[in-house]
Amino acid sequence: MNGHAKRNRSIFIVLALAPAIILMTIFMLYPVLSVFQMSLYRWGGYSPDKEFIGFQNFVTLAKDMNFIRAMQNTIVLIVLVTVVTLAFALVFAAILTRVKFKGVGLFRVIFYIPNILSIVVISAIFSAIYDPAQGLLNSVLRLFHPSNWQGVQWLGNEKLVIWSVAIALIWQAIGYYMVMYMSAMASIPEDLYESASLDGATAVRQFFTITIPLTWNTIRTTLTFFVISTINLSFLLVTAMTGGGPNGSTEVFLSYMYKQANTNSAYGYGMAIGVVVFLFSFALSAILQGITKRDVYEF
Amino acid sequence: MENKHTGLYKAFVYLVLILLAIVIVVPIAWVFLASVKSNAEFYGNPWTLPKSFHWENFTSAWTTAGMGKYLGNSVFVTALSLILLIIIALPASYVLARFHFVTQKFWNWFFMLGLFINANYIVVPIFLMLLGGDNFFTKILGHGIFLNNLWMLSLVYASTALPFTIYLLSNYFRTLPASFEEAAYMDGAGYFTTFLKVMAPMARPSIITVILFNFLSFWNEYIMALTLIPGDNKTLPVGLLNLSAAQKSAQNYGQLYAGLVIVMLPTLILYIMVQKQLTEGMTVGGVKG
Repeated sequence: MNGHAKRNRSIFIVLALAPAIILMTIFMLYPVLSVFQMSLYRWGGYSPDKEFIGFQNFVTLAKDMNFIRAMQNTIVLIVLVTVVTLAFALVFAAILTRVKFKGVGLFRVIFYIPNILSIVVISAIFSAIYDPAQGLLNSVLRLFHPSNWQGVQWLGNEKLVIWSVAIALIWQAIGYYMVMYMSAMASIPEDLYESASLDGATAVRQFFTITIPLTWNTIRTTLTFFVISTINLSFLLVTAMTGGGPNGSTEVFLSYMYKQANTNSAYGYGMAIGVVVFLFSFALSAILQGITKRDVYEF
Repeated sequence: MENKHTGLYKAFVYLVLILLAIVIVVPIAWVFLASVKSNAEFYGNPWTLPKSFHWENFTSAWTTAGMGKYLGNSVFVTALSLILLIIIALPASYVLARFHFVTQKFWNWFFMLGLFINANYIVVPIFLMLLGGDNFFTKILGHGIFLNNLWMLSLVYASTALPFTIYLLSNYFRTLPASFEEAAYMDGAGYFTTFLKVMAPMARPSIITVILFNFLSFWNEYIMALTLIPGDNKTLPVGLLNLSAAQKSAQNYGQLYAGLVIVMLPTLILYIMVQKQLTEGMTVGGVKG
């Protein structure tokens, strides 16, 4: 290659990459670095100037009961959403790939619908379902109760509301993970099931000895997805549906961060929460990957 | 005996599948029915069918609640973000996938690391950055230019979608054989012509996947729009959020559900048209949220 062509090539590479690199630097790299930097400062509504305080924000955070509560709520949601969604999605995916009957395609299309809806839409739909007076859920339950029944406060009861939020998240997630598992299960060769049937293995036994082990890698990957997306989606749903209430009973990690930073103007403190949540999601994903490590079966 | 057994099993499986389908479809169908009910019909049994079609719910959502204007804003932001995203990501992905140069590995890592950053974590620093810029411009121009700006919101959307889009597109470019470029160079085409006329058109299936996924995420996004557009120029989901909050005091149910239909109808129509590509492409789709 001569010098002229070489220069043309370099110009092309630079021009093609530069816009993406510049935008990434301004709107991702710089904000991420400033999250870490701001977490070391006291910067809030009361003090207009930033004051470097080292790890003081993190020390305060460790004793902040509201943060501990947000952490508990988040962990409860991660566990509930992961366990229930995983079980349902796996079973439904196995049924839709294994049992041959009409309408499989239609079910697949229907189950995926919640995934394309905005969280704001889902929040409004579930508010209509959970409404204590005219809600869809209570009006069904009213059939089994005396006429003066008050109805359940699905979003107003501090003990109950976290379950109501979890159900909305599960409703949203099942189809997505089901489609994911279906594509993994579709590649399992049919003759494995045939020889298992000849040996007299039931469908349930085949599910545990063939389907689960052979989709194990996909299941492991989705565990990380569950952690990350529950942290994110619980924030978006709670902010739209309950505002973290009643009385902090649905406050989650990132909704608390957003509140501290945007509503309370405690920017430094809010960013410290962001750092902790980010590290938490990484650590939890790593632990899950570690404990689910198995020898992968080949087929 | 054997047949009877599997028949029962199948019936049971059908029943369970239908139950789940009902749980998903009924709330959505209910919203469509509720959107044409009169306000009085919301007191009492929610399961009754609408007595007549109250289209005025839609006109009131469209004009009084401003959903018509917000729809225009959402169309603008979604379209502009998608155009920016493709224009910026396509050449970058191509170069990262098919050229070898000194810092190539570094930039590959740079964009890969971006996959771990969710927009929810950086919405506040982005807001503060734009606020700082606006304070600066207020001194010079008398008003800010970054916040409340749909162009800026689109640029932020496109930027935060870059890592995943570049990951997807460059993976696709890697699968293409080198003979196409060699033939183009032989014919005397330069790098720009080869990219624009030969390679970019070949990436079409991948570009369509990118547009589908990002259409949904840009159209549905609300926390960034809520934070960066504090003024009147809202997008649809933020408008719906306001409508939802207003409904709690004003009890204007019909208007709220009409607004809900306006927000979800475009995504449902798109989904019905392309559901196959969407659910098949989604195995590479990564994490939602």
